[in-house]
Amino acid sequence: MSASFLIKRLFLMVLTAFVVSIIVFGVTQLLPADAAVMILGENATPEAMAALSSRLGLDRPAPIQYFDWLVGVLHGDFGISLRTGQAVGPTIFEALGRSALLAALSLFTVSIVAIPLGVWAAARRGKAADLGVSVLSYMGISLPEFVLATLLLAWLAGPSVGLFPASGYTSPLENPLDALHHLALPVITLSIVLLAHISRMVRSEMVDTLDSDFIRAARLRGLPRRQVLFRHALRNSMLPAITVIALDIGYLIGGVIVVEEIFSFPGVGRQLILAIQNRDLPMLQAGVLIMSMTYALANLAADLAYAALDKRIQFS
Amino acid sequence: MSFLKTLIRHPQGAVGLFLTALVLTMAAIGPSIAPLDPETMHFANRFEPPSAEFLLGTDWFGRDLLSRMMVGAQSTVLLALLATIIATTIGALIGIISGYLGGWLDEGIMRIVDAIMAIPGLLFALLIISALGTSALNAVIAIGIAFAPGMARISRSVTLQIRALDYVSAARSRGENSLWIVLAEILPNVAAPIIVEATIRVAFAIMTLATLSFLGLGAQPPSPEWGLMISQGREHMFRSPWPIIVPGGAIALVAIGFNLLGDGLRDVLNPKSEH
Repeated sequence: MSASFLIKRLFLMVLTAFVVSIIVFGVTQLLPADAAVMILGENATPEAMAALSSRLGLDRPAPIQYFDWLVGVLHGDFGISLRTGQAVGPTIFEALGRSALLAALSLFTVSIVAIPLGVWAAARRGKAADLGVSVLSYMGISLPEFVLATLLLAWLAGPSVGLFPASGYTSPLENPLDALHHLALPVITLSIVLLAHISRMVRSEMVDTLDSDFIRAARLRGLPRRQVLFRHALRNSMLPAITVIALDIGYLIGGVIVVEEIFSFPGVGRQLILAIQNRDLPMLQAGVLIMSMTYALANLAADLAYAALDKRIQFS
Repeated sequence: MSFLKTLIRHPQGAVGLFLTALVLTMAAIGPSIAPLDPETMHFANRFEPPSAEFLLGTDWFGRDLLSRMMVGAQSTVLLALLATIIATTIGALIGIISGYLGGWLDEGIMRIVDAIMAIPGLLFALLIISALGTSALNAVIAIGIAFAPGMARISRSVTLQIRALDYVSAARSRGENSLWIVLAEILPNVAAPIIVEATIRVAFAIMTLATLSFLGLGAQPPSPEWGLMISQGREHMFRSPWPIIVPGGAIALVAIGFNLLGDGLRDVLNPKSEH
């Protein structure tokens, strides 16, 4: 990986962050009810509203408000929540930690299932096993998270089975076992949804790799089938897979929002939905910005990993 | 016609075509062929599992789930189609113009598109809804805008391929104006890949629209929109899973249909690319 690639990619990241911040701020500025109405209610006198607007700085031109907000964000100050009256920063970062735990556990679970499944399907291309995996993955990508989550909830958390709690969260530092118990259903939901994407992608990369000459050569040399599959083919298929898994983080973030809402899991997604329902502007801006930046960082990490692993790629 | 024949011989294409045709028919004439009235409450038959009288069971008011699902097809599928059309129109317009003009303008537009795509789709749709307010139509607009950058990127990459071909150079050297070249030479040739992509996007649009309604940010009660049906069914989910299974199954079936049709169309329209 050359220094110029690194610099170019980092510059792109900063540019992306800048444009995203403008979009987030710009779109939320269009909100039909402004913050003053939100705080004082619809029936406030115009004088009271004007006074509050000027106190909050809402009567200044939009670019100046944006600049103020951006400077605050860069210092970790996301403003005061209109719903709770508390600072947004600590709330959202605490929630981010919980969401990250949920997302990381899901990615881990899905990786140990989806990759072998994709390899298996590719190795038996055109046979019943391959067809089975294909059908399952079509069903997986066609079932929205909220349907799956609700069905799992009704089934596994219902009074008759009662395997898992229906909602809530325990800190893993306080009680690791209970924490896992609460995380199980959200993690299972997210893993099944991602399983479809990732196993399908691993399969298609493996199919391409298995057709290549070096695999045929390895087979002709009489190497064991398992060794050819996992040592030679999988290694070469994982490189493109990294990019796709990074893109899947985008889906994962959408899934996290929905799943947190359904299982009342106190993460960023739930904060975001609460913020939308209550027109809590600073919380909404912080939530969208932080989730987008997480996604952008994941893509950056994937690009850098790709470049570091594949010596042929510099930058084009 | 030969195109349809090839599509039907393609296994994924045939199943996809069948499913989407079924769903579009249901969306078009569902309300008039529904076996029972979707709003009539049969209080003696609440929470029924599927039976001869109620083919897919009943909900907490004893309303027929099959009939509600058939009526709901309209508000789910047609609105998702509308969202996809909005996304495709905006995206194709931006992508084709950007790709055709090239240069710094293209570079600038694509950087902005990339930045917007750094916001995950559902998140961007939520952001737009928070600005527009919650209603079914606003959810459609939000999805249309949120999906447009992806369509722009694909349209641009196809346009770049076409633009490099000889017949476009020929038209240029004949001195045709840019608008004419875009409309007559480029548009007809980028249409096929864009339609394939749009078909697959319909599946995502349906799922996203249902998700937004489920979260209370799309269709509002008493609409029989499928996501909303599931959201209301949650209150009674431990009594009976059928009010969740029926609309959930409908969403999955439609999404599978459009996904399969899209994959089938891709293979038929572009036999070289194997997926």
